[in-house]
Amino acid sequence: MGKPIVEVHDLTVSYDKKPVLWDIDFELPSGQLIGIIGPNGAGKSTLLKTIMGLVEPNSGFVKTWGEKIESFKKRIAYVPQRESVDWDFPASVLDIAVMGRYSHKGVFARINNDDRDKAFESLKKVRMHDFSNRQISQLSGGQQQRTFLARALTQDADLYLMDEPFAGVDITTEKEIISLLKELVSKGKTIVVVHHDLQTVNDYFDHILMINTALVAEGPTSEVFNETNLKDTYQGKVSFLNTIGDVIKEQNFPVRKG
Amino acid sequence: MDLQDITTFFSFSNHSLNVVILGTVLLGITTAVVGCFSFLQKRALIGDAISHSILPGVCVGFMLSGSKNPVYLISFSVLSGLLSVYFMDFIKRKSKLKNDTALAVTLTFFFGVGLMLLSVIQNSGNAAQSGVDQFLFGQAAAMLESDLIIYGTVCLITLSIVIIFFKAFSLVSFDVNFGKSIGLPVRLYQFLLTTITVIAVAVGIQTVGVVLMAAMLITPASGARFWTNNMRKMVLIAGVFGGLSGVFGAFISFILPNMPTGPWVIVCLSALTTISILFAPNRGILYGIKTKKNWNDKLNKENILKAFYHIGEPEQDFEKSLSQNDVIFKRYFTSKQLSRGLKQLKKENKLTEINGKWTLTLSGLKEGKRLAKIHRLWEIYLTKYLNIAPDHVHDDAESIEHVITPELEKELEKMLGYPEKDPHEKEIPYE
Repeated sequence: MGKPIVEVHDLTVSYDKKPVLWDIDFELPSGQLIGIIGPNGAGKSTLLKTIMGLVEPNSGFVKTWGEKIESFKKRIAYVPQRESVDWDFPASVLDIAVMGRYSHKGVFARINNDDRDKAFESLKKVRMHDFSNRQISQLSGGQQQRTFLARALTQDADLYLMDEPFAGVDITTEKEIISLLKELVSKGKTIVVVHHDLQTVNDYFDHILMINTALVAEGPTSEVFNETNLKDTYQGKVSFLNTIGDVIKEQNFPVRKG
Repeated sequence: MDLQDITTFFSFSNHSLNVVILGTVLLGITTAVVGCFSFLQKRALIGDAISHSILPGVCVGFMLSGSKNPVYLISFSVLSGLLSVYFMDFIKRKSKLKNDTALAVTLTFFFGVGLMLLSVIQNSGNAAQSGVDQFLFGQAAAMLESDLIIYGTVCLITLSIVIIFFKAFSLVSFDVNFGKSIGLPVRLYQFLLTTITVIAVAVGIQTVGVVLMAAMLITPASGARFWTNNMRKMVLIAGVFGGLSGVFGAFISFILPNMPTGPWVIVCLSALTTISILFAPNRGILYGIKTKKNWNDKLNKENILKAFYHIGEPEQDFEKSLSQNDVIFKRYFTSKQLSRGLKQLKKENKLTEINGKWTLTLSGLKEGKRLAKIHRLWEIYLTKYLNIAPDHVHDDAESIEHVITPELEKELEKMLGYPEKDPHEKEIPYE
């Protein structure tokens, strides 16, 4: 295990005045496939967004490679949830994949053939190259997801943060994506995935975070993915935090600022 | 109207007329191009809110300068427009009110203040005040060369900003979080985009006025979207729509002197958009109707060929000459369907006709055979792989046989291992 690639310290984040993440502390090892699991509304996506700097925490902080994330954005690729954008936008599959190059070139440099080649290579890896000229509104859910993955691959990052990449994706596509992710990990990349399906956790992930507003467990899958932790995550006493969260929201109680 | 007016217009020899034409064209292009981004961000009504909210700015600009000085008017318009956008944003963030409510509240509040100031100006006795109320409906025909220089410059600067920031604006319109995640200053881009939208509205009301401004922003974009799936092309087409409508509005108000420019610009824009909705390839309504008709024709023709094949099949005699009744006896067609299909098949050399009797040609036979084959293969596929009872597979095969391409046909043959008989013990005809 290498030195920690992501450190999260005492993180509290609220959404619409209700705390959705509460005093979270952990470090993630590099070079592994890491899963974030927990029930609906447990704050999984919010955690990912906070690590990425898209959501401001109320208190606590996040570091990547031991420093503030701002200096490392080029080395991190974020894959948002598929539903977060309007797929009727006038763009082709290649247009989206090429956007990954913006992380290196910015939005003012001209997109040249070299950039398009790189984007096309990424599309090949997710088997979307036959659709490169297709309008994105004509894609199926799985194809949309693979297009987003291709954009992230084009970024050529070291750390990948993926928000539910398997939601609404057929089983064949899911298997293809997971083997692609494992291949990336074998090349030394670190991948953090928000995941829903408990059946596949053992097969997919080296390391997991189990959260439900608070962090329930964190560690190698073989050590922490067990009955007790699952119970605590899905039906345990942590759900009391949710009740308190609702009270905080109702009473307009100020969530502390760090 | 007479012919001479038309030639005068298109010879572009009348200086003050050229000023008006150039003005409306530039304003039309600018608002259309900027409007594409509002359209794609699903903020179609933002133009309406901004244009109404600009009225207080126009009035304050006039009060401070004591004249219709365009620099004052534009500056204060932009200020009041931006203020309205932030007011809307503030309401949305700090209260539980939804987008549409914030928009309606802001629009009416600012417009109310504007109307109030307008009546103050009108009662002030300032001689220059006549025509300030024209900002409500536009006054393109009254544009002077000195106005054009200022409005034109603003338009050109706005268009340059769109060109320079094209990728940035497209990105924040599609996926803001991705932009943020790669460390781009998306807030700055959004601010810039909002600002040029306000600027475009502030100069655009020169042509059409406050009330019709939303159309100048959104109508060209919504029409252009029908013609292309490419962002750049869409913006170009919208710009062309805006420019053309500008010329058209100026033209009408020149040849028919009592006609206002602005409303005619909007009429032209709406016509272009209506044409787009109806006739654009792929997305247009008529295209959908035509595709459906083409499919119906194809189904009809293929069913006729298959009927011919089935009639010849028992004796393996495919050169029989058949009357329309012979065909209908095998398979029901309305006589209108049948005559239409027969005529089309004759044109395609799939059938020949002698004295009302019809015979398969070689290519017609090949096609009929192929359809019978696919139909039977599909029945096997359904019974074998999907465990559907043999007496339930016919209807499904009736429709699927028409959509299977030669590639899929080969794949199907291979997957099933070239079977000889279908589930009903009928022979499968291979080439």
